[in-house]
Amino acid sequence: MTHFDGGSVATDPAAGTPVLALRGALKTFGPVVALADGTIELAAGEIHALVGENGAGKSTLVKILAGVHQPDAGEFLVAGQAVSFRNVADSKAAGISVIYQEPTLFPDLTVAENIFIGRQPKGRFGLISRVEMRRRARELFDQLGVPIDPDRVAEGLSIADQQIIEIAKAISLDARILVMDEPTAALSGVEVDRLFAVARRLRDGGSGILFISHRFDEVFGLCDRITVMRDGTYITTHDTAATSVEEIVREMVGRDINALFPKTETEAGDVVLRVTGLTRPGVFHDIDFEVRAGEIVALSGLVGAGRTEVARAVFGIDRYESGTVEMFGRALRRKDPRAAIDAGIGFVPEDRRKQGLVMDLSVERNAALTLRHSLARFGIISGRAEREAAETWGKRLQVKAGSPEHAVSTLSGGNQQKVVLAKWLATDPKLLIIDEPTRGIDVGTKSEVHRLISELAGRGIAILMISSELPEVLGMADRVLVMREGRITGRLNRTEATAETVMHAATASLESTR
Amino acid sequence: MSDPSASPTAVQPEGHQPESGPPPKGRRMAATPGSTKTAAEAGRKPARSRTGKADTSTVLAVSKGRTGAARMLLGRDAIMIYVLLVVVLYASIVIPRFASPVTVGFLLLDVIPTLLIALPMTLVIISGEIDLSVASIAGLTSALMGVLWQGGMNIALVLVICVLAGLVAGAFNGVLIAYLGLPSLAVTIGTLALFRGLALVVIGDNAVANFPPGLTAFFTSKLGGTGIPTVMIGVVVLIIAFAVVLHFTPFGRGLFALGYSKEAATFVGIDVARSKFLLYLATGTVSALAGIYWTLRYSSARSDNASGLELAVIAAVLLGGVSIFGGKGSIPGVLAGVLLIGTINYALKLDRVSEVVLIIVTGSLLIISVVAPNIASAIRRARHSRQVRSAPLP
Amino acid sequence: MSLDSKSTAPAHPTPEHGRTSALGSLLKLRELPVVLALVVLVAVTAAINPLFLSEQGIKDLLLNATILMILAVGQTLVIITRNIDLSVGSILGLVAFSTGSLFVAAPNLPIVAVFVLGMLFGAVLGGLNGLLITIAKVPALVITLGTLYIFRGINNAWAGGTQYFAGDRPEAFGNLSVDTALGFPVITLIAVVVVAIVAVYMLGTRPGRDLYAIGSDPDAARLFGIPVTRRVLLAFVVNGLLAGLAGVLYASRFNSVGATTGSGLELDVVAAAVVGGVAIFGGSGTVVGAAIGALLLTTITSALTALRVDKFWQQAIVGILILAAVVIDRIASVRSARKLRIAEARNV
Repeated sequence: MTHFDGGSVATDPAAGTPVLALRGALKTFGPVVALADGTIELAAGEIHALVGENGAGKSTLVKILAGVHQPDAGEFLVAGQAVSFRNVADSKAAGISVIYQEPTLFPDLTVAENIFIGRQPKGRFGLISRVEMRRRARELFDQLGVPIDPDRVAEGLSIADQQIIEIAKAISLDARILVMDEPTAALSGVEVDRLFAVARRLRDGGSGILFISHRFDEVFGLCDRITVMRDGTYITTHDTAATSVEEIVREMVGRDINALFPKTETEAGDVVLRVTGLTRPGVFHDIDFEVRAGEIVALSGLVGAGRTEVARAVFGIDRYESGTVEMFGRALRRKDPRAAIDAGIGFVPEDRRKQGLVMDLSVERNAALTLRHSLARFGIISGRAEREAAETWGKRLQVKAGSPEHAVSTLSGGNQQKVVLAKWLATDPKLLIIDEPTRGIDVGTKSEVHRLISELAGRGIAILMISSELPEVLGMADRVLVMREGRITGRLNRTEATAETVMHAATASLESTR
Repeated sequence: MSDPSASPTAVQPEGHQPESGPPPKGRRMAATPGSTKTAAEAGRKPARSRTGKADTSTVLAVSKGRTGAARMLLGRDAIMIYVLLVVVLYASIVIPRFASPVTVGFLLLDVIPTLLIALPMTLVIISGEIDLSVASIAGLTSALMGVLWQGGMNIALVLVICVLAGLVAGAFNGVLIAYLGLPSLAVTIGTLALFRGLALVVIGDNAVANFPPGLTAFFTSKLGGTGIPTVMIGVVVLIIAFAVVLHFTPFGRGLFALGYSKEAATFVGIDVARSKFLLYLATGTVSALAGIYWTLRYSSARSDNASGLELAVIAAVLLGGVSIFGGKGSIPGVLAGVLLIGTINYALKLDRVSEVVLIIVTGSLLIISVVAPNIASAIRRARHSRQVRSAPLP
Repeated sequence: MSLDSKSTAPAHPTPEHGRTSALGSLLKLRELPVVLALVVLVAVTAAINPLFLSEQGIKDLLLNATILMILAVGQTLVIITRNIDLSVGSILGLVAFSTGSLFVAAPNLPIVAVFVLGMLFGAVLGGLNGLLITIAKVPALVITLGTLYIFRGINNAWAGGTQYFAGDRPEAFGNLSVDTALGFPVITLIAVVVVAIVAVYMLGTRPGRDLYAIGSDPDAARLFGIPVTRRVLLAFVVNGLLAGLAGVLYASRFNSVGATTGSGLELDVVAAAVVGGVAIFGGSGTVVGAAIGALLLTTITSALTALRVDKFWQQAIVGILILAAVVIDRIASVRSARKLRIAEARNV
C-alpha cells in the first residue's frame, strides 16, 4: 500500500467517511495529461453522477478506480483506508465493481458461470456444484427483480442483460461501490428504467454508486449529487436539488469557445454531398442532409446516437437498407468504399489506431495507401513516386516524424492524425468526413488541427465533421445537425447553435423536439 | 496467444489515448546487440545511419536516427540473407564438392516445389490467413495428370486441365474463406483431407510413370554447364511476378494493410473478400504447377505425391520472416528462408550427416527465428517498464 | 469501456427465453451433429452389412478409434484455450519408440512403470511446447510446427532403421490390445476412463472452467485474475501426457514402432476435434465431442470397407466432414455475428 500526501479537500457533506475518495489524482500517458486532478467522493447510500465532456478525464478516472490504470500521484481512499491497486483484482477485492457500457462476459460460458467464474461453489468431491451455482444466480436475479436464465450461454444476450449480470456479479462479490460507466448509452427506454430500479434498490441497501452519463434527464432523475469535470480537472460538486442543467452545462464547457476555434468565414458553394432518406433499421432512420463546398457541417449528438454509423454508410463501409447517397448529383454504389473514394470522399475515422492508420506500416506507406492506384504506372508503384507523394503532404501538414520510413506508431497522436489527413488530402477530395478530429490529441495540436480543417473548408472542400466536443462543434461548424437515437432531431445554423440548444436536441426525448 | 493490446477492457481513456508506440529508441537498441544480432551487423550499424548523430555519439543516438536503408540492411530479411550467405560460404569451404554445378542443380531441383508454393503462401500469410491444403492440391493435380495421361489424352491438354483443377481447388477454398468468412485454418485442414482424398479417389494405389521421356528429361535438364535446371527460368519468372505483385503493386500494398488491420484496409477502399479470394486462386494454381513439376521430375504420378509439403512450406515461409499474424514479410526473405533450409539439408547430406538431423535443424531454426525476437522485445519491455515505473514516483 | 461504442446504438431487447427446456438444450449441444452422423453411419452400414455390428466388428471399431480418441481429448484441451498442438504425432512416435526401446533395455520392468514413464516423457515434451508458447509468447501454431520437426527428427536420429516388433515386447503388454473386459478391449477401456476423467475435470473444476474462459476471451480472462499462463501450460502438459499414453498404447496395439510412427497424425487429431464440435478458435466444445469425432472418423474407414465402397473415398469423406463441421458451427451459432458486432463497436 502506498500512502500519498494528498491535499485536503472540502469535507464531505454526507455523514461519516466516504466509502470512496479520490483526491488530486494525476495520470499521464507520455506527454498527454489524461487526468490532472481526479477528485471524487462517494458516500454510502448515494447515487453520484460524474459528468463532463468527452475528454474531460472521466474514463481515466473510472479506470483508476477499476485498477486498470495506476495514478501517478494523488490520494485514494476506500472506506478511509489508503489503497493502491496494482490490477483489477485488487480493485475488486477492495469492493469496487465497475459496470461498463459494454460488459466483458465470456460468450461461451453460461450466465451463472460468468457470475461465479474462478469462485464457483463446490459440492461433492470438490467438484463445482452446478445446482448450487444456478440457485445462487437465481437468487441474485430474483433480488434484482430480473428474469434471466442462469443456464443460457452469455453469447447473444442483450447489452442490458449483460450489465445486469455484471451487477449480479458485483453483488455476489459483496461490492459496496458500484461504478457505472455510461451504462445507458446502448439501452432502450424500458431497459433504462429497469437498470435504474436496480440502482435505486442497491442504493437503498447502502451501496455507493458512481454514475457516469451524458444524459441530463437521467442524471437529474436518478442522482443525489453531481460532480463536474473539465479538461482532466475536478470543477465542483453539487447537490442535485440545488443546481440546474444550465449551470452544469456551463461548468462542463466553461471556456471561451470562439477564441479556441478559429473558423474562417467562407461562402458555401454548390451542393457536394446529398443524403436522402438513408435508413438502416435499428441504427438510423430517414437521414436527410446535404453538405456544400466550403461548408463545415457538424454531426453532433451523444455517443451512440448513430452519427458514426451514418458516416460509415455514406462512405460505403456499412450497408444501408434504403435511401441514397449522391456526390455532385450522382448516386454512389452501396457498400463500396472504392466508389466513394473515386467520387472524391475522404474519411478520417475516429479510431486512428484501428481504422485510420495501419500502425505498423511506415509513415510514407500509410500516407500513400489511398493513392496506391493513382501512383501506379502500368500497375507498378515506384517507391520514389510514393515517397514524393508522402513527403509533399507530410511537409505541407508539418508532420513531425523521424523518417518517412518509421512506423507510424512511433509518432505522437497529433502527428498521426496529420498523416491520416495527409493521406486523404493527397487524393484531392471534394468531401472530407472527419470523425472526432481531435480525439486523443493534446491541446496544442488540437488548435493546429482545427486551423487546418478550417483552411481546407476555405479552399472549397466540403467537410462533414462528427464531434462529441461541444466547443469544437460550436466553434467550427457552419451548420449543426444533431442526432438522437438514430434520427436527426435538430438542424441548427451557426447563430442558432449554442451549448443549450445542441444539448437539448441531443438529450430531450423525441416527442419534445421538433 | 493474443496480443494484450487488443484487450477489450483495456480500452483507451475517453479523450486521451496513450500513444503506446514502441519504447524510446535508445532503450530498444541498447537491448538488441546482445540478443539477436550478429557481431557483423552490429559493426555495420553506425556506418549505415544517415543522420549526423551517427558518428559522434553512442549507440543510443545512432539508433535514434536509424533510417530506412539501414533498417533494410538490418531487417529480418537481411538477417536471413546473411545467414544464407554464411551457410553457403561455410559449406563451400568446409565440405568438399559442395561448390559445384552439380550441387546447384540438385539443390534447386529439390527445393523447387517448396519454392513455388512458398510464393503465394507468403502473400496468404501476410494477409493474415493460412492455406494448409496446398500439398494436397499438388497431390490431386499429380493424380489427375497420371490418370488423364494414361487415359490417352494429349499431354498439353492434360497440363491445362491440371492447372485448371488447381484453380478450381483454390477457388473452393477462396469462396469458403473469403466470401463465407470461415476460419482459414479449419477450412484448409478440411480441404487438405478432401483434396488428398480426391487424389486417392482419382488414382487409387496406382502410379503412372510413363510420361513422355522428352518432357521428363526437360524437367531435369540443366542450362548448359551451370547446373541450373532449365525449369528455373519459369520459377524465376514466377518469383519476379510474385515479388512485383507483393512489393510494387496497389494490390500488394493492400495485402500488408489487410494483414495488420482489416478495418483500416476497408477504410482505404481495399476489397478484403476479393483480395483474399484472389490469393487462394493463386495458391491453388501454383500448387498445381508444383504438382505437375513433382510428377514430371520424379516421373511418377501418385496420390501421395508432395504429402506433408504444406508444413515444410509454411516452416520455410515463417523462417523467411513472414509473421504468422500477418502484415509482415517479403519475397526476398522467403526465398532466403527456402534456400537456407534447402542448402543446409543438402550440405548436411553431402557431409554425410545423417539425414535425420536435417529436420531437427529445420524445426530449431523455425523456433529460434520466432522466439528470439520475442524474447529480445520482452527484455526490452521489462527494462522499459522498470524505468517508467521508477521514474514518476520520486 | 470505451464511451463510444456506437454501433450498438439502440439495443434490441432480447426476448426472454425463460427456462430452457431439456429438449432445447439437447438440440443446442455442439456434439449433436457428430452423434447423429455417427448413429446414421453405423445404422446404415449395419443395415446393409450386419457383420459390421458383430462382436468382432465392434471390437475392431473401438480398437481403431482408441488412440485417436485419446489424442483428440488432449488436443481439445489445447484448442479450447485458443491454441493448437501440431506436434502430437511426433510426441506419440517418440514415446512409442522409447517404449519399444525400454522393453528391450529392461525387459522385466513392470508394465505400469512403462506407462508412467511414457506419460511422463510425453508430459515433458508437451510442457516444452507450453513453455515456449507461454513464455516467448509465440503462436502455438508456429512453435508446435517447429517441435513437430524436432521431435520427429530426434525420433529419426534415435531409431535410424531400427524397428521394434511385437516380439520385442512382453506378451502381457501386447495382450492389452487383444484382451477384453466386459466385452471391450482393455485399451479402449483405458481411453474411456481418460475421456471420463478429463471430461469431469473440464466440466467440474475451476481450472477446467478457466480453460474455457481463456479460450472465450483471453484478455478478459487475464483481467479477471485467471492465471492464464499456468492454465495454458497445464493444457499443453496434459496434452503431452495423453499423447504419451497414446504412444505407449500404440506400441501395444501395433506390430511395429520405428522412426516414422505417428507421422501425419496431427491433422487427423485436429480434424477429430473439429468434427466433434470443438471450435477452432477456442472457448467451446467438449472432450466427449472430440472423442466421438475421433470415433466417427475411424468408423468411416471401417464402414466403407464393410460397405465395399472403394476405400479411397475415406479421406475425401473426412475432408467433407470437417468442412461440414466448420459450416455447421458457423450456422448454428450466432457467436460470430455477435463477435463481429462487438468488434465493430469497439473498433469505432
